[in-house]
Amino acid sequence: MTTLASKEETSKEEVAHDSHHPDYRMFGLAAFLIADGMTFAGFFAAYLTYKAVNPLLPDAIYELELPLPTLNTILLLVSSATFHRAGTALKKDDSKKCQRWLLITASLGLAFLASQMFEYFTLPFGLTDNLYASTFYALTGFHGLHVTLGAIMIFIVWWQARSPDGRVTSKNQFPLEAAELYWHFVDGIWVILFIILYLL
Amino acid sequence: MTISIPPTSQQSTESLQPKGWLRYFSFSLDHKVIGLQYLVCGFIFYLIGGALASAIRVELTSPISDFMARDVYNQVLTLHGTIMIFLWIVPVVNGAFGNYLIPFYVGARDMAFPRLNAVAFWLIPPAGLLLISSYFITGAAQSGWTAYPPLSITTAEAGQIIWILSVLLLGGSSIFGGINFIATILKLRRPGLKLMQLPMYCWAMLGTSVLVVLSTPVLAGTLVLLSFDIVAHTGFFNPVLGGNVIVYQHLFWFYSHPAVYIMVLPAFGLVSEILPVHCRKPLFGYPTMVYSIMAIVVLGLVVWAHHMFTSGTPPWMRLFFTIATAFIAVPTGIKFFNWVATLWGGRISLNSAILFSCGFIVNFVLGGITGVALAQVPFDVHVHDTYFVVAHFHYIVYGGSVFVIFASIYHWYPKFTGRMLDENLGRFHFLITFIGFNLCFAPQHWLGLNGMPRRVAEYDPQFTFINQLSSVGALLMAVSTLPFLWNVFHSAFKGRIAGDNPWEALTPEWLTSSPPPIENWVGEAPLVSEPYGYGMRKIKQKVDPTEEDLGGNSK
Ligand SMILES: [Cu+2]
Repeated sequence: MTTLASKEETSKEEVAHDSHHPDYRMFGLAAFLIADGMTFAGFFAAYLTYKAVNPLLPDAIYELELPLPTLNTILLLVSSATFHRAGTALKKDDSKKCQRWLLITASLGLAFLASQMFEYFTLPFGLTDNLYASTFYALTGFHGLHVTLGAIMIFIVWWQARSPDGRVTSKNQFPLEAAELYWHFVDGIWVILFIILYLL
Repeated sequence: MTISIPPTSQQSTESLQPKGWLRYFSFSLDHKVIGLQYLVCGFIFYLIGGALASAIRVELTSPISDFMARDVYNQVLTLHGTIMIFLWIVPVVNGAFGNYLIPFYVGARDMAFPRLNAVAFWLIPPAGLLLISSYFITGAAQSGWTAYPPLSITTAEAGQIIWILSVLLLGGSSIFGGINFIATILKLRRPGLKLMQLPMYCWAMLGTSVLVVLSTPVLAGTLVLLSFDIVAHTGFFNPVLGGNVIVYQHLFWFYSHPAVYIMVLPAFGLVSEILPVHCRKPLFGYPTMVYSIMAIVVLGLVVWAHHMFTSGTPPWMRLFFTIATAFIAVPTGIKFFNWVATLWGGRISLNSAILFSCGFIVNFVLGGITGVALAQVPFDVHVHDTYFVVAHFHYIVYGGSVFVIFASIYHWYPKFTGRMLDENLGRFHFLITFIGFNLCFAPQHWLGLNGMPRRVAEYDPQFTFINQLSSVGALLMAVSTLPFLWNVFHSAFKGRIAGDNPWEALTPEWLTSSPPPIENWVGEAPLVSEPYGYGMRKIKQKVDPTEEDLGGNSK
């Protein structure tokens, strides 16, 4: 049966305008990261298809070294752990410790970017040299863009967490949690990218 | 019954918003304002896209390209397709009605993320203006809405880049909207309202939004790669540089097949709202409707290569995609029979809303049948890239989605404005739209079967008469817009006062004033657990107190 409850004139009490509904921003961010992940999925699918059906042209140069990207993988995996430590510190309202771990995380991210740049400059091929070179730069470049954004976010959170009564505290963890989820996502993408691009 | 207070919008920002008509030009956070912004903005683009369509049909009244130069024809064709899909149908069936109705249907005061919602809308006008201005500044893209390389890499570079930029903006808008709908439907339901009690449009929007979130980013990534090919001369999709055009086609259709469902699933939902109200019967087969939507979402993601049967796809791929596509006919057929069963034995009032809904059912069945035919490889190879395909998809997107948009405007206009539209003008509008549409597109099946290729300004003189017939239909469609526009403008000031619930409907948007107050209800949101409970019990009547009017066959 249809219940047409409370349309009665008696319930005239104003609904409190500032009564907040629960915070669904993390849910929204997760949905956005699924969308973002689909962009990478499209790139990966394109790369794997190229590998299956488009042989490297005879005079094209495309070879990758393993040591540097392995180091990069370790840098990002460690940074995921350090970010987690920052979150734990925030829950205990230890803003000093939280800030320290955030700074370590950001440094690891910047080290990753620097090492990636170094790799770019030492590789024997450029963006437009051949199909595989283009795909390599597009994939790692798009990922690097994500790392850069993540590092900027970490610095913003680091600034906001500067004191126990600042914007980011144990009572308002959203900025840190959002940046952390994003950072884990970017690290996860890197692991897939590392396997597909360097190991396969 | 105890009812807890439904969630309110995040902050009380309403006091900061402009009042009156000015708020429709502002960065409003009210979902109803944003919904109408989407609707009016989309309709303006529909008029532009329609003018372009008219230009195309004028050109095609003669076999030679006399009305437009060939490259102008290509630009007009590209703009027409892009505008109609990305600036009219997608934003209106999703953004306009979704934003207006979904918060009502889940019993919320607003969408989950009002700011993101406003951002999503305000991406659209600049993107549209960018796209259209490219025609005047650099020359628009010429490679059709599909932008297939190598055509898109080798023609009008500046126009193509602007096209990509504008589609990326529109894709972003669409993704933000999708995230908002998913969060609103899953998280913002008022306490006590179960998922299986939601009006069908919520399910349609949930399914559509899942498709948007999963497939639109793939198109975005692909277009970025395409722009590299154009600007930086990489070779992702350029065979000369070792690239592969088929990869583009796969990635493009991974989005663009679901895009058809992004345009038509919300229309399914809207029709499911309109039919029960105007034939006074419960929606037939609610659970099967829900499962059909889910099946369409899942299957819709794995049928894309049926657009590529002539692209050298291997036999196993052809077989898989033919079978998967044929399977989609099952859930779609279930929905069709449910709508017919809803109408069956109801007390149907033949008003404009139900006429357009029935027009939709007829057109959509015809488009669906040709769709199943097109999924069969031998047939598809024969008619691929001919007017048969043009006829098929216009039966889906115009005969399907646009008819539903009109039905929805007739149905919800009283809620939007507080006034009724003129029903006689509406019936007249339906009549010439329906005749014009079928006259325009039915002959194109014949043209395609006899080999007239699509997308070309010139054709074999033997097709002249049928093309002229089709153009007369297009003229009727263009003319049919006039009574509609007059009706909408005139009724906004002079229309009969509608009252809160002129259709005696049971869904929650009607259980408040017309137009509704800022936070949707004064007091608490009603709990509507039986949104289609027509004829199942006597409803207290205010306007027309004949009890039989309400009692169709109860199920
Ligand atoms: Cu398709």
